[in-house]
Amino acid sequence: MNSIPQLPLAQWVDSFVDWLVTFTGFFNGVTNFIGGINNAFQWVFDLIPIWFFIVLVLALTYYVNRDDQRWSLLIFEFAGLLLIWNLDFWRDMTQTLTLVLTSSLIALVIGIPLGILMAKSRIAEIILKPILDFMQTMPAFVYLIPAVALFGIGMVPGIVASVIFAMPPTVRMTNMGIREVPGELIEAADSFGSTEWQKLFKVELPLAKTSLMAGVNQSMMLSLSMVVTASMIGAMGLGTKVYFAVGRNDAGGGFAAGLAVVILAIILDRLTQSLTRDRKKG
Amino acid sequence: MTVKVEVKNLTKIFGKRVGRAKELIKQGKTKSEILKETGATVGVEKASFEINDGEIFVIMGLSGSGKSTMVRMINRLIEPTDGSVSIDGEDLMKMDKKSLREVRRKKMSMVFQNFGLLPNRTVLENAEYGLEIQGVDKAEREKKAKVALDQVGIKGYDDEYPDQLSGGMQQRVGLARALANDPEILLMDEAFSALDPLNRTDMQDQLLDIQERLHKTIIFISHDLNEALKLGDHIMIMRDGVVVQTGTPEDILTHPANDYVEEFIENVDRSKVLTAANVMIRPVTINIDKAGPRLTLKRMKNNEVSTAYVVDNRRKLVGIVDANDVIGLVRKDSSDLRSIVKTDIPTTHADKPISELLDDISSTGIPFSVVNDDGQLQGIIVRGAVLGALAGNEVNDFE
Repeated sequence: MNSIPQLPLAQWVDSFVDWLVTFTGFFNGVTNFIGGINNAFQWVFDLIPIWFFIVLVLALTYYVNRDDQRWSLLIFEFAGLLLIWNLDFWRDMTQTLTLVLTSSLIALVIGIPLGILMAKSRIAEIILKPILDFMQTMPAFVYLIPAVALFGIGMVPGIVASVIFAMPPTVRMTNMGIREVPGELIEAADSFGSTEWQKLFKVELPLAKTSLMAGVNQSMMLSLSMVVTASMIGAMGLGTKVYFAVGRNDAGGGFAAGLAVVILAIILDRLTQSLTRDRKKG
Repeated sequence: MTVKVEVKNLTKIFGKRVGRAKELIKQGKTKSEILKETGATVGVEKASFEINDGEIFVIMGLSGSGKSTMVRMINRLIEPTDGSVSIDGEDLMKMDKKSLREVRRKKMSMVFQNFGLLPNRTVLENAEYGLEIQGVDKAEREKKAKVALDQVGIKGYDDEYPDQLSGGMQQRVGLARALANDPEILLMDEAFSALDPLNRTDMQDQLLDIQERLHKTIIFISHDLNEALKLGDHIMIMRDGVVVQTGTPEDILTHPANDYVEEFIENVDRSKVLTAANVMIRPVTINIDKAGPRLTLKRMKNNEVSTAYVVDNRRKLVGIVDANDVIGLVRKDSSDLRSIVKTDIPTTHADKPISELLDDISSTGIPFSVVNDDGQLQGIIVRGAVLGALAGNEVNDFE
């Protein structure tokens, strides 16, 4: 192996990142935009009194499950949120929630159109598939390094890294959902003279909804799994508590913060799953 | 009779080396030779036919015969490789996407084998689909969709979802969706094949009923000869992507174009299994040993027939009498019924297969008489009853 010179892969990536950094204006714009969305969520969450927030979550759960009520979930949510309040993790929890919601929203806005494109075009599928594999399997830490260079430290690089890591399921499941629409329904839509857009919005997307929502659910869970990682570059929230606890060898504090993440994860998961379920079949 | 749809040399080749395959067809190579040389499959090869305005045209063939490809080329769901499809003299192949869409919206609608209903929409919303994409406003399209649902005999299911309905009901919704656009042409791709036999017969009757009122041009795909015979004004038989024969149901039954059609008829139809006994009906009989002309005339009037079957005391067949002759006899004040009895009438046995009678039945105007070994009259066979029986109807009124 010694006779073959080592590939300067690391240098290449470095110079690519250096080159990207020259577009300061663009990345500042993106930073402000993402930061804006993030701050808007945070502003709303800070505005709502804690007790009212809990009531809202319970009411929302009650509403999305109205045909098939799950009392155990309501009790769990009530107890879980009270525990978070009691442990004094409330603000951290809302920061984490903000990060998850912002990155999920961005993942959705970018991921669904990409999924549609992938379903419609073979070339897009061939190009996107390996990129998605790459995005999902590359250790998430790696994204943090250029993210800091491009977006500074704080919430925004954390969100960007989360989006990259969490987007693939949304893209994949959208693609799969559309491709799995029965051929006869596509033919039916065509035979009645639907335009491509009409076919997409009246037939394909409604039928792909279940699969698409499953993708959104997965994306949300993945971005939640990024919170501890993101805290290393200054994204505030429950992740920070865990990260600090690691540094101080504080098993109890780490567990408490970790438990809060679990509670938040379960609530988000059940809520998005309820949205996924086919209502009419009850 | 005006021609509504004209198809000329329509060809579809699936696969990669389409151009080369096209050349090979021109050289007269067979499907399997082309497949071997180019890897391309010939779906439909140079099909030409005409469909009249207001008729039901059945395209029939076994699976793989290219019939589904054929119907999809008529609305270009499948893009033909070669040839032309004209509707009212307008060449569909020359249309751009937009005009094609207009034709699909206004002129023809399709009904699918597995119904093709949107599971997330109610019955009414499904029936509205065609109008909705044309931008018809809500109130108007609801009204039209309701009329269409009414036409196919579905009422009170507006807010149900397709999966809450039986197959027959779902296909009615499919038909209503197609009718709601008020198209001139209906394309029905094996529309009743997924239904159980009872429902299928029901739907066939309903289609004929609707057709009587609306006079659409219907292109009906089927693999079932009985269905084709029942519905079709014309039937086109396809095999391996090639049109084998086109004609009226009687043409096909009586003059099969080749061995394939003959075999097809024999294999698929019920004429092999059905015997004369299955299709014979009860005739109006006169006992020549008892009745005179006046009683004969009265019986014929009561039964509204113009020929009566004459038997003797032991129910042995003597012949037939014609109403006009009986009237003549009454005028002459004669009572000699025997003088006007026609005795040279075709007879057959009860266990004779219908397939062996088909030729004669369609060529002679006089119904066959079914007699037993002793010459006793058991029943008669009329043409309509035979065709009805082939199409799966019970006509036998004995027992």
